[in-house]
Amino acid sequence: MAMLHIVNKSPFEKVSFRSCLNHVKPGDSVLMIEDAAVGALDGTSFSDKLKTAMGDVSVYVLGGDLVARGLSEDRMIDGIKTVDYAGFVDLTVKNETTQSWL
Amino acid sequence: MAAKKFMFVNRKAPYGTVYALESLEVVLISAAFEQDVSLAFIDDGVYQITKGQNTDGIGQKNFSNTYKALGDYEINKLYVEKESLEERGLTQDDLMDLVWEDEDDDWAEKPSIILVDRSEMADVMAEQEVTLSF
Repeated sequence: MAMLHIVNKSPFEKVSFRSCLNHVKPGDSVLMIEDAAVGALDGTSFSDKLKTAMGDVSVYVLGGDLVARGLSEDRMIDGIKTVDYAGFVDLTVKNETTQSWL
Repeated sequence: MAAKKFMFVNRKAPYGTVYALESLEVVLISAAFEQDVSLAFIDDGVYQITKGQNTDGIGQKNFSNTYKALGDYEINKLYVEKESLEERGLTQDDLMDLVWEDEDDDWAEKPSIILVDRSEMADVMAEQEVTLSF
């Protein structure tokens, strides 16, 4: 049962993103939206935590939320995939269940 | 009435919540009352003044250009915390080039962003008479 985990809080402000990564199962997917998009950048105090999780789970970011905050895809951790709203829908279809980490 | 030292403390990223925009609106109002206004950008607040913000993909108004107008309202002390940038993989090069024109110096353009470390930020906060946190 693969699950899509949706995170929308900055990992620098709230623990929900970390808690999500502490509860994901291999084969799950994590999608960063809204303020969580800032977690996609490499070279941050959070990036090692996300890189470790990426061994077992696929990680996505909503591109519009990234560029809205002045951040570009070339600054992201290698392996994170950018999706648009249609890609967001595809992820919800591909996974049996979803969980929002508010 | 003597001007008071006001500081607006910005700690949230823009667009995900309404705090950044609300702060900016109150800052502009405070300018009309000719107070001695400073802005602090700490924690996720540093994302408010990144350059190249493009909100076409999220259907929200891009208000980042408004920060460029603050200098015209004599709001020219924007304190940005170094450690907050570093923790987020950012440098001052990632921020907008925010400036003001000094009428006492032949309208010379001067930088509004003042990069400070955490202890210097604490000192600036300690000097304030009124602090509003967003």
